[in-house]
Amino acid sequence: MIVSRLASGALLPVGAFLATMLAVPFLLPNPYYLSILSLACMNAITAVGLNMLLGFAGQISLGHAAFCGLAAYATGIATATYGLPMWGSFLLAIGLVALVALLVGMPTLKLTGHYLAMGTLGFGIIVYIVFNESIEWTGGPSGMVGIPRLALFGHELWEDTEYYHLVTGVLCLVLLLSLNLIHSRFGRALKAIHTSEKAAMCIGVDIARYKLFVFVLSAVYAGIAGFLYAHYLGFIAPSSFGFHVSVQLVVMVVLGGMCSVWGAVAGAFFLTMLPEFLRVFENVETLIYGGILVFCMMFMPQGIVGGIGTLFRVLRRSFRPEAVSAQTGEERNG
Amino acid sequence: MDVSSSLQYLFSGLTVGATYGLTGLGFTIIFNTTGIINFAQGEFVMLGGMLAVICQSALGLPLPLAVLLAMLGATLIGAIVERVAIRPVRTAPPINLVIITIGISILIRSAMMLLWDKDTHTLPHFSGTDPITVLGATLMPQSLWILGITAVVLYGLRTFFRRSIFGKAMLACAHQRKAAWLVGIGVEGMVLLSFMISALVGAVGGVMLAPMTMTSYDVGILLGLKGFAACILGGLGNPFGAAAGGLAIGVLESFGAGMISSAYKDAFAFIILLLLLFVRPSGLFGKPEVRRV
Repeated sequence: MIVSRLASGALLPVGAFLATMLAVPFLLPNPYYLSILSLACMNAITAVGLNMLLGFAGQISLGHAAFCGLAAYATGIATATYGLPMWGSFLLAIGLVALVALLVGMPTLKLTGHYLAMGTLGFGIIVYIVFNESIEWTGGPSGMVGIPRLALFGHELWEDTEYYHLVTGVLCLVLLLSLNLIHSRFGRALKAIHTSEKAAMCIGVDIARYKLFVFVLSAVYAGIAGFLYAHYLGFIAPSSFGFHVSVQLVVMVVLGGMCSVWGAVAGAFFLTMLPEFLRVFENVETLIYGGILVFCMMFMPQGIVGGIGTLFRVLRRSFRPEAVSAQTGEERNG
Repeated sequence: MDVSSSLQYLFSGLTVGATYGLTGLGFTIIFNTTGIINFAQGEFVMLGGMLAVICQSALGLPLPLAVLLAMLGATLIGAIVERVAIRPVRTAPPINLVIITIGISILIRSAMMLLWDKDTHTLPHFSGTDPITVLGATLMPQSLWILGITAVVLYGLRTFFRRSIFGKAMLACAHQRKAAWLVGIGVEGMVLLSFMISALVGAVGGVMLAPMTMTSYDVGILLGLKGFAACILGGLGNPFGAAAGGLAIGVLESFGAGMISSAYKDAFAFIILLLLLFVRPSGLFGKPEVRRV
């Protein structure tokens, strides 16, 4: 039964996504784009987790980059400084992130709305300052070098293509897990909490536990992304895990569309690749970036995925004029 | 620790804290009429300082005129932001509006960088740089200016909210937007007004801090964060809580830097803020949310 649900629900779209992602490198003119796509996949892993927290459970976090950073520094210190094997350092990094998320989440998730935003923001800033100041461990603001490339079964993934395949695979696993969770009892509980905590509590949803669980889960996703990031670049610096990165992750989720898991993927790819496309504009690059952000949010309130859905409906309507009345009625209700 | 050094920490803490408080005040005013956190608030503070620098050094205007023009300029930009980017989408969910303000802050910051430069600038002190000695601690005249202006702004806003019809209308919007609309208050106009006032208040903070700490196109990020922390610490929605929160954060930072470690001074303020939020989830003076059980 589980197999059939997997096949009908998540397996098909994720399979199609995987196939597209594996085909894309053959169309790319330049191997440089492959590294951008790899980074986009890592961001997408974090964004999918953050979307479960923000889009489905309705709890904001402005400190998720800190979880990426914790895993990146943990694995960096474990492998580069102490020479731990890769699997050991993976377990250590992810375990640390989960533990920190649990300890931070327990008091912080009692806050609501803007207070929660401030709480998670404060956590992110504190972690960022610790990365900067504990120089003997992290190398301080100038960063940490010499982190080994990821090795799987004794084989180091030196080729960018290999690493790209790995991060794509991990992203697909994360997507499969998330899509299944969202369509389970767990996902329905999250949506209930988002709609009304009071109502959710009344029908017997243990909201504190669900919130904490989804917070820790999203932190673990961020940790996985941070681990992959550290062993991809071999170099990490605090600025990659600062406040603006946390904000950018939230922007990815909202801009992509909070209504679906795919929205986070779309947002992460869009915002990771956008600066590369804007590079031709040199000085006015950030100006255009800000403009696009404002413009997208003003004219696509449902995000990229929602915007594509609207476009689809508009197109369908223009091809089938007889369906106009039914469509407008449907939209007014939804 | 002796009296003179703790007095010194207190002076510098209050000076910086007053600016945080004014930034927090700006957040609160917009939050009250719209229910959103305006992430571009720090940019209004930056605009105050940088526009004054531009008027003073490039156009060669006398300082008082430059300060006045900078405040007017920031207010105008606040109005434009509301009309162009907020009003057309006012029915959008709050998180969308917050993302729009993030985009606007990026826009303002990069526009300032392009139009002017990436360097740090300073503005002359308002009245000389001869320090005043109080019980062994030194106090710059600019600190007195900052504290005095903050007090004037606070008193002015208090009078505005209590006495003027616009102020009362804005309070009504903060209390119940729909009811305010029903009794004939132009809620949209009030939102516009709130953006202008908070841009003005932010710019005042930026202008008076610039002589003490230098300014550049990117000072708005950190000041915005501190201002947000100030209004959360004081309790969101309470303008005077925000001012008090700002002063508290400034003093905490200053003592943390002096007594514990200057590297960790920002962390120190945020740790205290987090601990306080765990005990009082609605800030110091915020209305405690009704516990829904």
